[in-house]
Amino acid sequence: MDQILKASGIYKSYRMGKSRLEVLKGVDLSVSDGEFAVIAGASGSGKSTLLHILGSLDRPDGGTVEFQGKRLDKLGGRGLNAFRNREVGFVFQFYHLLDELNLLENVCLPAMVGHRPVGWIFRRGNIRRRAMELLELMGLADRVRHKPYELSGGERQRTAIARALINSPKLLLADEPTGNLDSKTGNDILKVLKDLNRQGQTLLMVTHDERIACQAGRVIRLADGRIV
Amino acid sequence: MYGWKLSLRYFFGRGISILAASAVALCVFIVVVVMTVMSGLVRDFRQKNHDFTGDCVVAADSLVGFCYGDEFAALLKSQSLVRAVSATVYGVGLLGMPGSQTNFGVEFLGIDPAGHSLATGFGQTLYYNAKDPRRAFEPLYGPELIGCVVGVDLMGGRDADGNYVHSERPPLMRLTLSSFPLTEKGGLARGGLDLVSSREFYFSDVSHSGLVKPDGQMIYIPLEEARRLCGMDGPPARISAIHIRFSQGVKSSEGTERVRGLWQEFAASKKEQGGAETLGDVRVQSWKEYRREMIAPMEKEQAMMSFLFVMLGIITVFIVFVVFYMVVGHKSRDIGIFKSIGMSQLEIGGVFMGYAAIVGVLGSAVGIVGGWVFLWRINELEGWLFEHYHWQLWDRTIYAIGRIPNEVSWPVVAAIGFFAVGSCLFGAFLPSAEAARQDAVRVLQVSQV
Repeated sequence: MDQILKASGIYKSYRMGKSRLEVLKGVDLSVSDGEFAVIAGASGSGKSTLLHILGSLDRPDGGTVEFQGKRLDKLGGRGLNAFRNREVGFVFQFYHLLDELNLLENVCLPAMVGHRPVGWIFRRGNIRRRAMELLELMGLADRVRHKPYELSGGERQRTAIARALINSPKLLLADEPTGNLDSKTGNDILKVLKDLNRQGQTLLMVTHDERIACQAGRVIRLADGRIV
Repeated sequence: MYGWKLSLRYFFGRGISILAASAVALCVFIVVVVMTVMSGLVRDFRQKNHDFTGDCVVAADSLVGFCYGDEFAALLKSQSLVRAVSATVYGVGLLGMPGSQTNFGVEFLGIDPAGHSLATGFGQTLYYNAKDPRRAFEPLYGPELIGCVVGVDLMGGRDADGNYVHSERPPLMRLTLSSFPLTEKGGLARGGLDLVSSREFYFSDVSHSGLVKPDGQMIYIPLEEARRLCGMDGPPARISAIHIRFSQGVKSSEGTERVRGLWQEFAASKKEQGGAETLGDVRVQSWKEYRREMIAPMEKEQAMMSFLFVMLGIITVFIVFVVFYMVVGHKSRDIGIFKSIGMSQLEIGGVFMGYAAIVGVLGSAVGIVGGWVFLWRINELEGWLFEHYHWQLWDRTIYAIGRIPNEVSWPVVAAIGFFAVGSCLFGAFLPSAEAARQDAVRVLQVSQV
């Protein structure tokens, strides 16, 4: 399998008052195309920080991240925005849907961001069709006009997954996607993610739950800021 | 496209947006209403002063007047830039009724009613002779008698709505006007016990100029009678002022400048003649300069009001600033989401600026429409308030105001609207920039907590 993501020597620290807290201490990892990898570790081990750096939401203090052979630190602001919009999709523990938009609009939003107004007008039909397909895939076809606060946690997370997939990203980054759900709903979400992976979607997930971690194709363990 | 959609959803999804838009609407409403009424009053007042004065005035400051005024008036008449001139004599005196012990101090103006009506708006101020001001001094009950026109407030008779009550025909009324005639040096023209000149006039009309002082203190009498009362009948004869109406197309400032030049030449040519010392006090002024003491306080009030409105604009900016800081604070999670889906800083800032623009546009629209509706019915509303609660904005029995001015100036309203939208954008700029600069990881983590 081709390597899609490669991180080398990632360092990250935060200032905590007068001292510095080193969260990541030279992390190296890679993710292959079509892989389902999990970063597992205890709470505070730096998993989410690493995921944010890999998705370019945060910058490392040291080290490099390459995506399909391109270094993210060489991309400018516009390039990073395009990267987050088209190449990766984020799924967060707390879903992070916009309450002002209904499900269909929430799912369409990244596609709208990726197009200029004229482009959006021409592609609007296609984008809405794709959003509907994704919502159907997530079992939410009858809830498309609902607002996020009218849904259960599982439904919201499935909507968030649909939103992350709207631009057909090469890599799906999921930060504790089941962490805020009961075990049954969490298992449902995990099943959705595994199904996506079976269809070829590359997936990198962060979790502290060993029962979930063990269902991934590969587990990358993080402890004390290092891969162990 | 999506930016506007988000801005609209934010606007309609948050009660605080309605609060911000209401604040803008209220400010716009106040500014539109007060500016319209204030501008209307000032415009009306300026017009009344212009009508009272003509375009330009050649006048002496003292009660003595100046010599050779008739000659200069004739010279002006021959100029193409002049459409009409009116020589006047101004004096102060006592007005009484024969047989009555009471009298009161008045000002009087000696005029030729025909010429004065051409040079000023005097003819339009008359009640009985408005159609033919030449007959202003011919009482309808006795055209052969020497009439006088009395300031409308001297006659009294206003109802609560501010309308003057007139009888169908002018009542037969004899009035005695007395004054001290003065020499051209300012001394009393007569000695002994015969210091005062008196003359009887018959009430022929009222003049309603809309200006407090002329309407409350002024008597208009024939020019030659005024001259005799003031001792200006010469030789050489004197006058107090020449009111000039310029031909169409001649600007007041340009015309005044040319009259000034003509006067300087004229005065120089009379330097060696008797009474030439009276010419030194004569000034040529445009109507605005001549009436500046009356107009300036109102214009100052208007300028003060404009300054207050600028303060109101600053308050609006501050309200919008505070509201948007709160909104950005509440929307920090959304900002994190925007960043995670690849929105640029400019686009994130644009969402909040669009939100501010909607607040501004809707607030302005509501304020303008509300202001317009209020102004449209302001006189009826005031009438209703007076009818039911005896409340008037201006007591019509005191103030020389008929209706509250409510003519909306749309360019001014448009400027107010643009200013309001601009204020909103200005107020929202810093919070929007702050939103655009937020750290996605931090705001997403904070919102998780």
